[in-house]
Amino acid sequence: MPGYYLALALRSLKRSKVLTALMVLAIGLGIGASMTMITVLHAMSGDPLPRRSDQLYVPQFDPRPLPRGRSGGATSGEMPDSLTWPDAMVLLRAHRADRQAAMAGGSVPVRPAQAGRHPFFERGHYVTADFFPMFATPFRAGSGWSAQDDEDRARVVVLNAGLARRLFGAAPAIGRTVRLKDTDFRVIGVLDDWHPQPAFYAKIDDRAFGQADQFFVPLQAALDLKFKFSGDFHCWGSGGDNRRSGHCTWLQFWVQLDSPAKAQAYRAFLADYWRDQQAHGRFPRPVDARLYGLTDWLDHEHLIPADLRLQLWLALGFLGVCMVDIVGLLLAKFLRRRGEICVRRALGARQRDIFVQFGIEAAVIGLAGGMLGLALAQLGLWSVRQRPDGYAPLAHMDPAMLLGTFVLAVVASVLAGLLPAWRACHVAPALQLKAP
Amino acid sequence: MPRVPMLASLTRHKLTVLLLALQVALTCAIVCNVALMIAGRAAQMRTPSGVAEGELVMLDSASLNDGGNPLARHATDLAALRGIPGVTAVAAVDALPFNRNNWSNGIATAPDGSARLAATAFNGTPGELQALGLHLVAGRDFRPDEYIPMDSAHDWDGINHVSATIVTRALAARLFPGQDPLGKLVYPGDNPVRIVGVIDHLLRPMLETGDGNEDAMLFPMLPDDSNVTYVLRTPPSQRERVLKQAAVVLDGLDADRILRHAQTFEQLRSDYFRRDRTMLGLLLAAAAGLLLVTAVGIAGLASFWVQQRRRAIGIRRAVGATRRDILRYFQAENALIVGGGLVGGVLLALGLNLLLMRHYELPHLPLAYLPITALALWLLGQLAVLGPALRAAAVPPVVATRTD
Repeated sequence: MPGYYLALALRSLKRSKVLTALMVLAIGLGIGASMTMITVLHAMSGDPLPRRSDQLYVPQFDPRPLPRGRSGGATSGEMPDSLTWPDAMVLLRAHRADRQAAMAGGSVPVRPAQAGRHPFFERGHYVTADFFPMFATPFRAGSGWSAQDDEDRARVVVLNAGLARRLFGAAPAIGRTVRLKDTDFRVIGVLDDWHPQPAFYAKIDDRAFGQADQFFVPLQAALDLKFKFSGDFHCWGSGGDNRRSGHCTWLQFWVQLDSPAKAQAYRAFLADYWRDQQAHGRFPRPVDARLYGLTDWLDHEHLIPADLRLQLWLALGFLGVCMVDIVGLLLAKFLRRRGEICVRRALGARQRDIFVQFGIEAAVIGLAGGMLGLALAQLGLWSVRQRPDGYAPLAHMDPAMLLGTFVLAVVASVLAGLLPAWRACHVAPALQLKAP
Repeated sequence: MPRVPMLASLTRHKLTVLLLALQVALTCAIVCNVALMIAGRAAQMRTPSGVAEGELVMLDSASLNDGGNPLARHATDLAALRGIPGVTAVAAVDALPFNRNNWSNGIATAPDGSARLAATAFNGTPGELQALGLHLVAGRDFRPDEYIPMDSAHDWDGINHVSATIVTRALAARLFPGQDPLGKLVYPGDNPVRIVGVIDHLLRPMLETGDGNEDAMLFPMLPDDSNVTYVLRTPPSQRERVLKQAAVVLDGLDADRILRHAQTFEQLRSDYFRRDRTMLGLLLAAAAGLLLVTAVGIAGLASFWVQQRRRAIGIRRAVGATRRDILRYFQAENALIVGGGLVGGVLLALGLNLLLMRHYELPHLPLAYLPITALALWLLGQLAVLGPALRAAAVPPVVATRTD
């Protein structure tokens, strides 16, 4: 029977070409707009570090003084998302997690050794030893440094492939020297074009997608050499706006915990640390130590810009209006065929048959609309890729999204067809047959 | 006009009429709020920055030489830049509208008082007012003896010792509503600072939604960080040449530096709003798409009704209705349905606005948007129904005698 219904549907659609085209256009526009935005958001919410992400956590404290009246300023608002230097150092040296690392972003002038080449600024990260094993960074050559190197403020650097190529061409970089600002660093490792999307470990801002960090140097060495830091540097009270002060939050801190039990234990450790600090006159706010998993953290930090979420809602709203449009058009179309329905009913078709017949007709429109929607979504994604934003290159459809487009289109049009088909199958046959 | 038969006829298609009204309502609600977003972004993109936008070029110089005196280096650089033909004024500054380099201080109006608001500090060398083209509307420019170094090496300690400031008119009004701001004291750091001048406009380096975008104050503090921005003022036709020459001049003085972000102010502004331009395009496309789909829906349903009622139309024509009567009938019917939808749409628009205000930085929907959007949609409805209505009017009376 479905084959027959399909033929009926095609015949009916051919009979009113303009109207069919309008319905396909409406559903295609709605699907195209929605799928463009859904695909972009899907790509942006991808796991930046598959296989490792469920073991990575971010601890969060609130070392600020109690809020004071309405003046607020630095002391109001949400808990800082970075740590102070003293707190990070305590967590680092406590070794209570399987791995832990403190880090901050920055940019430094790089001076090529060759004469005649201009110095240039490069963005990188100042990190501690566990950074590389914890994030399983792929090394093309060499390795990271040890905790001892951190304490010794060793002048060593791990380059990403891009900077290594820019400085040394195809020649091996290990053992060579790079001059950062005014200091020589020895290259001990080269990463294999590591650029997790987003750069989850950094402070989440509008640069989270896009360019990759090109070098990594020990945090304490960078601090000693007064390298430029980027990202929030948030201070309160007096006592000097110093990087090493307990009044300024600016460090990102990550821990690796291999099992949920360990995560539980680490949470308890953080709360204990908070209480201990209270005994020493710090952390005056009520104990509320938090430990975020990687994906929760990205949510918490609003990785997806508000603009994009708004665009998604706009696209879905558009799809909604398109669907109402189609419901109306299908209803009118089906009810105009009262005569045909009555003849079929009189010849023995059950209400269910009529319902299925019109359902199939709606699905055919949905499939055609899905096809148009897919083309429009590809066009939309292409236009997204032309944007200057860092996430733009991610805007591609994977097979799941491709399938999703058709599912959404057919579901939307069948849903839109439900009410009209229901009304159509309730047409009273006798009444209609009597008509002239 | 036969009102009652029209209503009776509409009740025969309750569901379709309801769907059409619902669609109009949804479209009205979304388009109202989209229009609000478009207007907000467009207004922000057009905000004047207060500087002579057509005449400014700038470039950042980061010295790699940590030793030596940055103030002396900047003075040498400025003297050389001033010598470029076509340059009418130069200054070394740390912040500019749209350059995202925002150093804000909490401003109190009493010693030990709490901060009333946070204002951006704009620091620069003498002559910054002329170089940027800022308009002093009251008071005076800084005196040479008021200038002190910013002391960026010691956490910008200059802010605790500076004695004078020039504020924007908007900031003055926010700090001292209804009073003359000249001579008043403010507390951006540890010590009082006297307001000696007022300029008409100056935007902060980063814009936000709200009223604080001109919370800007100039201080007589000399940038002494190794990274500094040089601003050159020159007639618009010479900007490109001056910019190229400036880089050559600076490189010639001291090659141990990195020159970045050499651009005209117009490029800076255009880069700053790039994302907003994309969003504006998307919002316009969404509004156009919605209106198109709604028009398609109205036209589609109307042509169905016309086909369905061909006999009825023929009978009406046969018993004396003119073509004009038939046309009017369909137009009036459309006006009634769309009008009904718009009543719901206006309410929906207000509800959606409240929802969006809660989750996104969207302002209150001004009531003027509602009648304008409603009228636009109502006209769109009339336009969409015109084709089918004309076809209806063309039905000949003889149809009444046929059976089909």
